[in-house]
Amino acid sequence: MAQSKDFHIIAETGIHARPATLLVQAASKFVSDVTLSYQGKDVNLKSIMGVMSLGVGQGSDVTIKTEGEDEEAAMTAIVEAMSSEGLAK
Amino acid sequence: MGDAEAQVFEAHLMVLADPEMSGAIKQKIADDKINAEQALKEVTDNYISMFEAMTDNAYMQERAADVRDVTKRILSHLLNVNLPNPALINQPVVLIAKDLTPSDTAQLDRQFVQGILTDLGGRTAHASIMARTLEIPAIVGSDVATSEVCEGDMVIVNGLTGDVIVNPDDQTLADYQQKAADYEAQRAEWSKLKDEPSVSADGQHFVVGANIGAPKDMDAVLENGAEGIGLYRTEFLYMESDHLPTEDEQFEAYKTVVEKMAGKPVTVRTMDIGGDKHLDYWTLPQEENPFLGYRAIRISLDQDEIFRTQLRALIRASVYGELWIMFPMIATLAEFRAARQIYLEERQKLESQGTQVGDIKLGIMVEIPAAAMLADKFAKEVDFFSIGTNDLIGYTMAADRGNDRVSYLYQPYNPSILRLINQVIQAAHQEGKFVAMCGEMAGDPIAVPLLLGMGLDEFSMSAPSILQTRSLMKTLDTKAMATLAQKALDLETNDEVVALVKNAVH
Repeated sequence: MAQSKDFHIIAETGIHARPATLLVQAASKFVSDVTLSYQGKDVNLKSIMGVMSLGVGQGSDVTIKTEGEDEEAAMTAIVEAMSSEGLAK
Repeated sequence: MGDAEAQVFEAHLMVLADPEMSGAIKQKIADDKINAEQALKEVTDNYISMFEAMTDNAYMQERAADVRDVTKRILSHLLNVNLPNPALINQPVVLIAKDLTPSDTAQLDRQFVQGILTDLGGRTAHASIMARTLEIPAIVGSDVATSEVCEGDMVIVNGLTGDVIVNPDDQTLADYQQKAADYEAQRAEWSKLKDEPSVSADGQHFVVGANIGAPKDMDAVLENGAEGIGLYRTEFLYMESDHLPTEDEQFEAYKTVVEKMAGKPVTVRTMDIGGDKHLDYWTLPQEENPFLGYRAIRISLDQDEIFRTQLRALIRASVYGELWIMFPMIATLAEFRAARQIYLEERQKLESQGTQVGDIKLGIMVEIPAAAMLADKFAKEVDFFSIGTNDLIGYTMAADRGNDRVSYLYQPYNPSILRLINQVIQAAHQEGKFVAMCGEMAGDPIAVPLLLGMGLDEFSMSAPSILQTRSLMKTLDTKAMATLAQKALDLETNDEVVALVKNAVH
């Protein structure tokens, strides 16, 4: 049963720079597949280049899916990373 | 290595670890039956062109450079080609290079690298700044270093004058070895002046202060015996953070500096972001002319919440010593009045909550010619001026000194510049106000005699120049220098002024 959650990006720089790094680091700790969807495109959230190539700006709505044996823990870690950095709500 | 440099490599490691990138490369090798080198290049070229296409986003363009750098390194391993590694140098050398990245420079071993000579780069390039910190004589932007010097040549690099001598004769070599020894001896002599006040030959006292960017610079300030901080550049607080620094974070930084100076004045410049200084986490509009655009006090007055946070932190820190506040890039009296109004509001709020506040002085940077021209009016309202010569010269000459084609116009001793400076000093004194200088000119041996003659009150410079300047001041008579300054103001060219001072003083 995959996990899915929507986020509204509030950080001024969007998902760039340090926030992107932190999300990728958080996702990479888990074996589950982690996907970031934005404007109909899906990228692997463990890929820094994939995440940055989306150019997610402030005010964007994105969806994150986790799927695999530790999918719940992965989603919890990502929600935590999003809120501790003031990235999204 | 500092945090900023370390972060560059953290980004490189993440690119290396990227599963999509390595996946795509493996896929290409398997499907297209091409070798690893070609697959790597095709995949990374794709990312590079995608990032470079985001032309409205300087951050992404830099990431393209990261990907290119990482690709180069992987390729060198695949092809078994050794890239030159400056960290492995283990015998005395002069390093000759087309250009040095900050990471190349940070790895250099001072014990072996005796000098640096490059084709590209300017005085304010990161590699130059790092070389200065490491105290390695460096000459950058020579254009011809790599084409004129061969491996095995003997090279003399004179970082003081910018002279390079290739394969000197024995006499020249001996002369320069003597010069290097004399220079070391002189530095030892200067260090004896550390705890002495800065006085002229006729006993007039001047303040010789230091410019800093962060509390970590305080060691050098104290080692060199600064009599104050003439410029605390607070933008580094913003640049070295990944978020807008909070009031408490700023308060801690300001308090540390003020306490360490133990009652000596600390002049803090409010945030000067914009121009060539950017923040990753706060996107400013792209502009045609950033140096003539939205920067410094212009941003502070427009987005005053950020400004108020900084002012509150400063006002709270003021009670721990002697803290002065100055506003950068002031062009009009209306701007100063608006900034002062905001300051007074925040001060009042804090005082009404019972916060203790020190005796804060309020001043402006004089770096825009408009403010210099109207200095007599400003002097009635401010507590002090600080002349920022780097920008003042740039704006007066309409030339960017980082641009090699026009850098000849960076003429600090041109009588036009000297007259502007003199006008500001006299206007301040007319109203009994204090006037400092915090540009590079304040520690320049040609400029110091003239500025002393004009009556400048404080000379603030990078810490390593302090003792040299204090030593020079001891030889100067204020009345004679006042006469010399008058003569200089009446000359016609930069070169004439240099000749006049060299004749009279050195």
